Amino acid sequence: MTNISLNPQQPKTAAMAERMAEVSGRSLWADARTRFLRNKAAMVSLVVLILVALFAFFGQYLTPWDNETIDWNVLGNTKELGRPSLANGHYFGFGESGRDLYSRVVQGTQISLMVGVVGAAIAVIVGTIYGAVAGFVGGRVDSAMMRFVDIAMSIPYMFVLILLLVVFGRSIVMLFVGIGLTAWLDMSRIVRGQTLSIKNKEYIEAAVATGVPTFTIIRRHIVPNLLGVVAVYATLLVPSMILTESFISFLGLGVQEPLTSWGALISEGVKTMNYGMLWQLFFPLTFFVITIFAFFFIGDGLRDALDPKDR
Amino acid sequence: MFSFVARRIAVAIPTLLVLLVISFLLMQTAPGGPFTSEKPLPAQVLANIEAKYGLNDPMWKQFTNYITGIVTAFDFGPSYRYKDRTVNDIIAQGFPVTLTYGTISFIVAVFVGGLLGIAAAIKHNSWLDYIAVGITIGAQVLPNFVMAPILLLIFTLWLGWLPGGGWNGGQWNYLIMPVIALSTSYMASIARLTRSSMLEVLRSNFIRTARAKGLPNRVIIWRHALKPSILPVVSYLGPAFVGMVTGSFIIDSIFSTGGIGFFYVNAAFNRDYAVMMGLTILLGTMTIAFNMVVDILYAWIDPKIRL
Repeated sequence: MTNISLNPQQPKTAAMAERMAEVSGRSLWADARTRFLRNKAAMVSLVVLILVALFAFFGQYLTPWDNETIDWNVLGNTKELGRPSLANGHYFGFGESGRDLYSRVVQGTQISLMVGVVGAAIAVIVGTIYGAVAGFVGGRVDSAMMRFVDIAMSIPYMFVLILLLVVFGRSIVMLFVGIGLTAWLDMSRIVRGQTLSIKNKEYIEAAVATGVPTFTIIRRHIVPNLLGVVAVYATLLVPSMILTESFISFLGLGVQEPLTSWGALISEGVKTMNYGMLWQLFFPLTFFVITIFAFFFIGDGLRDALDPKDR
Repeated sequence: MFSFVARRIAVAIPTLLVLLVISFLLMQTAPGGPFTSEKPLPAQVLANIEAKYGLNDPMWKQFTNYITGIVTAFDFGPSYRYKDRTVNDIIAQGFPVTLTYGTISFIVAVFVGGLLGIAAAIKHNSWLDYIAVGITIGAQVLPNFVMAPILLLIFTLWLGWLPGGGWNGGQWNYLIMPVIALSTSYMASIARLTRSSMLEVLRSNFIRTARAKGLPNRVIIWRHALKPSILPVVSYLGPAFVGMVTGSFIIDSIFSTGGIGFFYVNAAFNRDYAVMMGLTILLGTMTIAFNMVVDILYAWIDPKIRL
């Protein structure tokens, strides 16, 4: 009976403990989510990006025109007849070749987004595996693998990419291969560095000491800690893939007709802006710029949200 | 220092070899030789042409001949498409142009970007800082193939102030738009890097000490803070250089400046393998060499890297 009074704080502490139990520990991800949701620029960008994606998927259903039919009446007098108009359903007007620009932009958005996302996905998967293996195994294997990356990285890849496209024909598959060949290199370096630093952390040591199997350590401790860096880098990789693809397509070496992409559409728009058909430049350029903007802001927001140093 | 330079060269040489072998093998595997056309040439003529260009030799011999030609005589061979021109002629014509606007763009990017970054860091959270940050964010999404048409639209089509293209011997008004289009995004990156590293340096202890002993602000910035804060900029010079080289593809195609990029893209369309390979090797070697110099420069400036 008396030992309760020995510690007058005890009831209070017990109550506190009870309250603490109710507030379950916030995980890294829950924490990151809250911070990301608070980032206005990133949230606006996310909405913009969702709208662009919806446009790519469902935009085609909003127009009676497809991206292949050529309106022969308009061709040759696009400046007068091909203006954007809500009345005739050609919301963005006509493109250079007498096709409906709206559905061309829908198609270009699909292709550009696909190149960005698939290219980044390939880079992330290959780079993560390569980097993680190099980091884990360490020693000679590590230095051989990383020396290879060093050499591959210092090859001026734009030339190799253009060579690939010229030699094996300009196709979207070749574009994927070419972009994918180089994009994973940075990723593998980042993942390796991260793996090395995680490997030496105390909690890994503790896990090893308590006899947790290696595979479980990788799954429970190393992969979740890698994921933050990978997610941030992947988001920043998507716009750079889109930029590369647009660069190549702008030169006319990328996707070929009847397919199109933002780069190809911008290039067409540049060719015709002398004749006053500015809408042909304006629409693809706007989509390109807002999407790249959105990806950068989301990447920044994710970095702020996931960087544990920034608490 | 010496061993670091030697080690750096030891990485550069295999890189160069890999580049050479990759481009040579790609060219060899290309379907359709350089003389395949819609109207097939008579077999005899084709055989003569192939003999002239040495295409009948075994592959290793073609490779060694080619490399020997480049190394000993700086001879990149004939163009397969234009019979009266060699790759050297093309380099001689296009390279000075690219070098001119490329160098100017590089200097503009480094100096304007650097000064903007320093100014933004010194006047942290002032209107100048906000403008600088705004520019750097905006310029991130304005790569040269977006920047160039916008400039063309404003200054040539609407205002009529500047010529819409051409080179005209590098006259200043023909240079303005190529230089702005090529340098903007790199200038922005350099400004961002300089600003953030300058801010970090200005918060460090040795700067506080310098302030405490009463040094004038000018001396603190230029003598003490500048050197550590330009380190990230130095390491960015390599990528910026590569960007300028590949950016010339766009500049030449939009402004018709007739630089090396024009010939490269043209060769890609015409499947003029000799020109493509010659330019790949020339520009690739320059890139690799430049990156090497930047790395050595970085190690020389940064006291933390032990040589």
